[in-house]
Amino acid sequence: MMSFMKGRVLVVDDDTALAEMLGIVLRGEGFEPSFVADGDKALAAFRESKPDLVLLDLMLPGRDGIEVCRLIRAESGVPIVMLTAKSDTVDVVVGLESGADDYIVKPFKPKELVARIRARLRRSEEPAPEQLTIGDLVIDVAGHSVKRDGQSIALTPLEFDLLVALARKPWQVFTREVLLEQVWGYRHAADTRLVNVHVQRLRSKVEKDPERPEIVVTVRGVGYKAGPS
Amino acid sequence: MSGDSAASVPGGPGTRPGRPVGRTALSARLRRLFEGGLPRGGVQGSPVLRLFLRWVRRPLLPVMRLWRRNIQLRVVATTLVMSLGVVLLLGFVVIGQVRNGLLDAKVKASQSQATGGFAVARQKADEAVSGTGAGGAAGTGDGSATDGRQSQNVIQWMSDLVESLSSGGAGAFDVVTLPVGDDSGGGRSPRGSGNVNPTSSVPAELRERVNSGTTAVQSNTRIVYFGGKESQPGLAIGKQVNDPNGRPYELYYLFPLTQEEKSLSLVKGTLATAGLFVVVLLGAIAWLVVRQVVTPVRMAAGIAERLSAGRLQERMKVTGEDDIARLGEAFNKMAQNLQVKIQQLEDLSRMQRRFVSDVSHELRTPLTTVRMAADVIHEAREDFDPVTARSAELLADQLDRFESLLADLLEISRFDAGAAALEAEPIDLREVVRRVVSGAEPLAERKGTHIRVVGDQQPVVAEADARRVERVLRNLVVNAVEHGEGKDVVVKLAAAGGAVAVAVRDYGVGLKPGEATRVFSRFWRADPARARTTGGTGLGLSIALEDARLHGGWLQAWGEPGGGSQFRLTLPRTADEPLRGSPIPLEPKDSRRNRGLDDGGERRAGEEKRATVPVQQSGAQGPALPPRTPVAPRLTTGGSAADPTALPGKGNGARVVPRPTGGVRRPGDEPAARPAPDAPDAAGTRPEAAAPQDSTQSGEASRGR
Repeated sequence: MMSFMKGRVLVVDDDTALAEMLGIVLRGEGFEPSFVADGDKALAAFRESKPDLVLLDLMLPGRDGIEVCRLIRAESGVPIVMLTAKSDTVDVVVGLESGADDYIVKPFKPKELVARIRARLRRSEEPAPEQLTIGDLVIDVAGHSVKRDGQSIALTPLEFDLLVALARKPWQVFTREVLLEQVWGYRHAADTRLVNVHVQRLRSKVEKDPERPEIVVTVRGVGYKAGPS
Repeated sequence: MSGDSAASVPGGPGTRPGRPVGRTALSARLRRLFEGGLPRGGVQGSPVLRLFLRWVRRPLLPVMRLWRRNIQLRVVATTLVMSLGVVLLLGFVVIGQVRNGLLDAKVKASQSQATGGFAVARQKADEAVSGTGAGGAAGTGDGSATDGRQSQNVIQWMSDLVESLSSGGAGAFDVVTLPVGDDSGGGRSPRGSGNVNPTSSVPAELRERVNSGTTAVQSNTRIVYFGGKESQPGLAIGKQVNDPNGRPYELYYLFPLTQEEKSLSLVKGTLATAGLFVVVLLGAIAWLVVRQVVTPVRMAAGIAERLSAGRLQERMKVTGEDDIARLGEAFNKMAQNLQVKIQQLEDLSRMQRRFVSDVSHELRTPLTTVRMAADVIHEAREDFDPVTARSAELLADQLDRFESLLADLLEISRFDAGAAALEAEPIDLREVVRRVVSGAEPLAERKGTHIRVVGDQQPVVAEADARRVERVLRNLVVNAVEHGEGKDVVVKLAAAGGAVAVAVRDYGVGLKPGEATRVFSRFWRADPARARTTGGTGLGLSIALEDARLHGGWLQAWGEPGGGSQFRLTLPRTADEPLRGSPIPLEPKDSRRNRGLDDGGERRAGEEKRATVPVQQSGAQGPALPPRTPVAPRLTTGGSAADPTALPGKGNGARVVPRPTGGVRRPGDEPAARPAPDAPDAAGTRPEAAAPQDSTQSGEASRGR
């Protein structure tokens, strides 16, 4: 089991009943939840509580979830899991593009939620010293850094994980489902839109020309693979 | 389905050892041509003839298209042709009238002139006879000397006569004398006044008529002159007259008709010019008039096209108060109403979407809380007393059901509101099938069902929305497992032509007649009396059908009572390609009917005999036919080619699958009822041709032809 020091969760939700219920469930699983109900106050609460993960409702009074997500992402790579009542592609993609790592559609089961939170927190447990190259990038897995010609590129933990997963097996073509399992920790395939959006975000950061990717290459009809080193 | 797939049945000639000859075969061939050929688009005609027709038609096609499409051209051309006809008719009538009027007067005048002239000639001859009577009588015995003198006299007399006769009308007419027959002796050579060539100016036919009687006859002629003067048309009137010696000669009056001819050609020229002007002017007028009507119509057509393309603000320009203006006003009113209605519908749709979205959020947030609370209670149920514990279980179970029902309802309303969007990308359906099958494995284990996947050796790639396809297939596979009564479920994949297909086959209770379409209805249940043991919402197949439609694909069901069912999802390989067929036949090869089983599941032994010896059955004409081995064509129609007959009804993915209502199906009949292309004897000797069958049977058979 992971260390509970790494279990602070900030719940941003205006529905008090749901927030309270989330608190009950999270505490039951050993997390330390803190709450904020207003989008305008979310950023302040985030800075104050320094959570390990943010649970963010998309529909909020004041600033909406998308905006809050963008603000948090601007200053931190902390995992963000969106709670959304809308499973329409547009809503999901907009949420993911604003910087969320994962999303969960209401109504969800407590176990599902906890599994997602654990999956997002898990990765920071095992920093094995390892050096990978992908394209002209050098990845220091333990040091959690990606460099091109000595210039470091800032990635969120999720984007980092995605890149590492591809770089570890440069000979393999990853289907979206496999990536979902390895990076997001889904056992059963969920939504491949997650992969699409995050690959695009990753490309926008690491590729010289995101229109013609060389690091993360699309294999049409199958998935993605690492570009040649 | 295959009952109507006559073309796809390969009945080889090798399977038919005997073949009737003569009249039967010929009539069968003819029948096949008419009955089998026409429904398939009349492709049976001679290829050479068709080629020739096409070759002839090709250069004319653009012209024909222009003719069909251009109303102005049609009207102008019709006007031109018709006015040309009218002008020509008028011209002929007028010219005829003028000619008659001009000539009649001339002919009358000429006749009286000629009659007078003939009388004068006779009179002169008489005078000459009486004047020279004494000398003549005295010298009658003189022989040749007297004769010579007489003829000298006659020559002189003739010349005088011609001179005196023609002197009356210098230029108005000429006089010609000709000897009768070849009698040119005795100074009776042809002579004429005023340089007229006497012999060639009088037609031979007229001379014959003159010589055959003593009355005056007339004819048209050309008057030919000596000395280079141009010949001219004329009227010749002739009569046999006697000279002073009592010998006959021919006297002709020649009246030139140059003046009349000139007048006539003037009239003709005037008429032709006028006619041409009239025709051209009428054409131009027609063009102008049609243009006045056609231009607004074309404008309306163009605006209607733009309207239908979605530019709803387009309007016609209305000027004046005529019919065109009314058309424009009505058109604009229609466009206005259309725009308003579409606007309303769009608003409604937007509201609906908004509503669904809001409901979705408003319902889901409290439901999440309830869900979590129920789960917490459910987790702790071991600490409760039995009643509370069971309640907790029920609460959790029913919440699951409530959730899936809500999810399905929202999904359906999203389809209804037109808010569903397709996110197509190339996916390998084998991956999807693999996920679906592994997801359904726990349920299959509980039911004791084994799920087999066939046709997954090669990639089955299509542009599709993986999420939706997976949802459809999950639904089909779970349904198959649930209704499969523990028997195997077969998932078959295939790709051919522009389509890919996945068919899910079960061997459970199957479907009753008519249920193959109703399974797709919302909240429809196969057996209302059956306990709802499975947690389906009743919307699964409706959503699956909508998903298939969103792809431009088909979702179709086939089933037979007790024989299981097959659900087939067909998707176009690329998103914008229309489907023409499915790589997998809707009715599986191992259906009862195809295997030749009745509802009892026994092979019908007497069946083949009926089918193979059809002549005894029908008492048909001709000699007894050698028995034919029944063909089993369905087994050879593999899933390799798209089945073009498997088209569903327009817009409806579902499809009714007719089955024998009596439940008795004779397998031998069906191959026999479908004549293979190279087995022309089939139609003529089918038992159905004479023996009345149950209605389903004959319906099937007639369709098979």
